[in-house]
Amino acid sequence: MGKILILGASSDIAQETARELAAKKNNLILTARNIEDLQMLKSDLEIRYGIEVTTKQFDGLDFDNHEQFFNGIVAEAGNLNGILLMYGAMDDQKEAEQSFSISRNMIDVNYTSAVSILNIAANYFEKKKSGFICAVSSVAGDRGRQSNYIYGSTKAGLSVYMEGLRNRLHKSGVQVLTIKPGMVDTKMTYGVVDEGPLLASPSTVAKDIVKGIVKRRDVLYTPWFWFVIMLIIKLIPEKIFKRTDI
Amino acid sequence: MVKPVKKKMAGWGKYPIESCLVYRPESTQDLKKILSSQKEKQIAYGLGRSYGDTALNEDEGISLFNKFDHMLSFDEESGILTCEAGVSLEEIINIFLPRGYFLPVTPGTKYVTVGGAIANDVHGKNHHLDGCFSEYVLEFDLLLASGETISCSRVENTDAFWATIGGIGLTGFITRAAIQLIRVETSYIKATYEKAENLDVAFEKFVENDANFKYSVAWIDCLSTGNSLGRSVLMRGEHALKEELPAKVKEPFKPSKGSVLKMPINAPSFALNPFSISAFNALYYASFKNETKIVDSSSFFHPLDAIDDWNKLYGKKGFIQYQAVFPKSNDPKSGIRKLLERLTEEKCSSFLAVLKSSGPANEGLLSFPMEGYTLALDIPIKDGSLFPFLRELDEIVLSYGGRVYLAKDATIDPETFKKMYPKWEEFKKVKKELDPDGLFSSSMSRRIGLT
Ligand SMILES: Cc1cc2nc3c(=O)[nH]c(=O)nc-3n(C[C@H](O)[C@H](O)[C@H](O)COP(=O)(O)OP(=O)(O)OC[C@H]3O[C@@H](n4cnc5c(N)ncnc54)[C@H](O)[C@@H]3O)c2cc1C
Repeated sequence: MGKILILGASSDIAQETARELAAKKNNLILTARNIEDLQMLKSDLEIRYGIEVTTKQFDGLDFDNHEQFFNGIVAEAGNLNGILLMYGAMDDQKEAEQSFSISRNMIDVNYTSAVSILNIAANYFEKKKSGFICAVSSVAGDRGRQSNYIYGSTKAGLSVYMEGLRNRLHKSGVQVLTIKPGMVDTKMTYGVVDEGPLLASPSTVAKDIVKGIVKRRDVLYTPWFWFVIMLIIKLIPEKIFKRTDI
Repeated sequence: MVKPVKKKMAGWGKYPIESCLVYRPESTQDLKKILSSQKEKQIAYGLGRSYGDTALNEDEGISLFNKFDHMLSFDEESGILTCEAGVSLEEIINIFLPRGYFLPVTPGTKYVTVGGAIANDVHGKNHHLDGCFSEYVLEFDLLLASGETISCSRVENTDAFWATIGGIGLTGFITRAAIQLIRVETSYIKATYEKAENLDVAFEKFVENDANFKYSVAWIDCLSTGNSLGRSVLMRGEHALKEELPAKVKEPFKPSKGSVLKMPINAPSFALNPFSISAFNALYYASFKNETKIVDSSSFFHPLDAIDDWNKLYGKKGFIQYQAVFPKSNDPKSGIRKLLERLTEEKCSSFLAVLKSSGPANEGLLSFPMEGYTLALDIPIKDGSLFPFLRELDEIVLSYGGRVYLAKDATIDPETFKKMYPKWEEFKKVKKELDPDGLFSSSMSRRIGLT
């Protein structure tokens, strides 16, 4: 059986997604910048689900090493069934406005590094004529808002990149799935965003992601109602939108 | 950064409800940060299945343990599991029962964390033979107020070990534990139901046959009076062997179903009245026959878990669970009779009255069970008149040399506590060594004068 590669496996959503995939008996390769962060997840998945888990160090910003990293993964696993890109950076908008290095960090982590590693993965899956490529973008990439447009624009770039990749890989039978989560109850939002019906649990999002992969979806808003919310937000004419404070 | 959120929190009995600063750490690193900031007093919160205020901290800090849910190692041969303290007993059953391993001790609900099970030293229907949860805890890691983690067992840091067992979270954060699971052949229980027309008969049958059943409990109709005071259904069982399963059962380890029903809202207060409760009790008593049959383990051990949020049944004001143990040496039957008589007179009792026998006490300084019999009752809170009545029950319990269970308590006072738990001074001494600045403290520990 092939393996699934999860880049950035220590985030809340990634951990839950790994559990969902493991419950379906997929063997996993988990990466993080610091692989110590993955030790507990590894033992947990192996004990709970009886699957094989390997952990690898991966730094999205270490562009020069991406080729070697990916080839090494394929050589060791023999066969990759899919890749999920689940890391990202969300810095403070106000600080990013004042500091290009903060803006650039978000651009490089969320966009540049994704292009770098997914280009390589795309060539592999295109040749193999099967598999899936999944990346976590955000509803924030659907429309620029004053409160987080720098982050949003990096995710918008990622969404369009994925859209193009989907177009390219369609004839090869490779699924390209863009995940657009709304607000998720993670460490980042705890105490910042009030609990309420809009705040989804990481496990709900993870279940949706795995369902999206199984059903070979293209774009997935999770939870589903974000599709409706973003549809409305996208329909607001710019003339009006620029005056809003949403 | 780990920041708290101010929230109203309660235990399972929904009394008291207190505003606490709720942290949600994700790693030991986070726990250390919380401790080193020294902003508030701290207490761990498992799944909140204690009834009262052991896991509450009014205007102080609470650390949720739901992110500490990783399995760390399992030895298929020996059945020794190491896991983080926030792993629930439900997860352990779901993962290991299909592999032929079961928990050696399980309380009446499986929605309990390993940390919570240690900190209250929980007991099950097999206490008379197998003792408390701690009996199967080989070691655990305790994060102290200083930020240092120590490993505690029967041979290492033994003082800390026995103070933490039943120590209601006051010695530190338990971060991980190694526990011994037991082998079973099936996920079924061979259960024997037997009615007893009153307390005398119930006691006779209990005492006579206790040693013959691994699991043993009696449900008491606590509204029956006169000659049938204490009429009960004894429910006892053993793990069913493979050959005992009926032919129609194809899989010896059928996975259990999750909860099926949900209490949508709090029941209105008029729903619970002496009439509806006594009608329920009469019906429940009548629904049993004397028989032995094979039942699945979740319905035997955790029948209440089938209804999500069943605590809402008692309405907004919540309820008290009063569980007391009466030592064997001191005519426990008459103590229990007195308690039941006062309850029926006061007409304030409940659906749930459970009699269990317990084996010898362990070395846990604040561990609850001692050799004798325990009675547990749910008592809805209608108004403040309940509280003086509970003090009256405490007096009865004390006069028989018994004590109430801190996992269920929300109301006893410091004097009562100290009489009931004579090793409190020893506990305080160990706590002082482990936590010199008194960083760990809870609403309960302040109420009963422990911190
Ligand atoms: C329906 C029902 C049936 C029950 N039946 C029984 C029974 O048969 N026998 C029995 O003994 N009990 C029984 N109980 C009580 C229950 O088993 C205990 O209250 C148990 O301790 C709850 O565990 P929890 O994880 O929810 O912990 P909480 O209730 O959240 O916390 C309990 C205590 O443990 C401490 N704690 C929790 N986690 C940690 C940690 N990681 N480190 C340090 N301290 C910690 C808390 O500070 C607190 O003092 C029952 C409860 C219910 C609701």
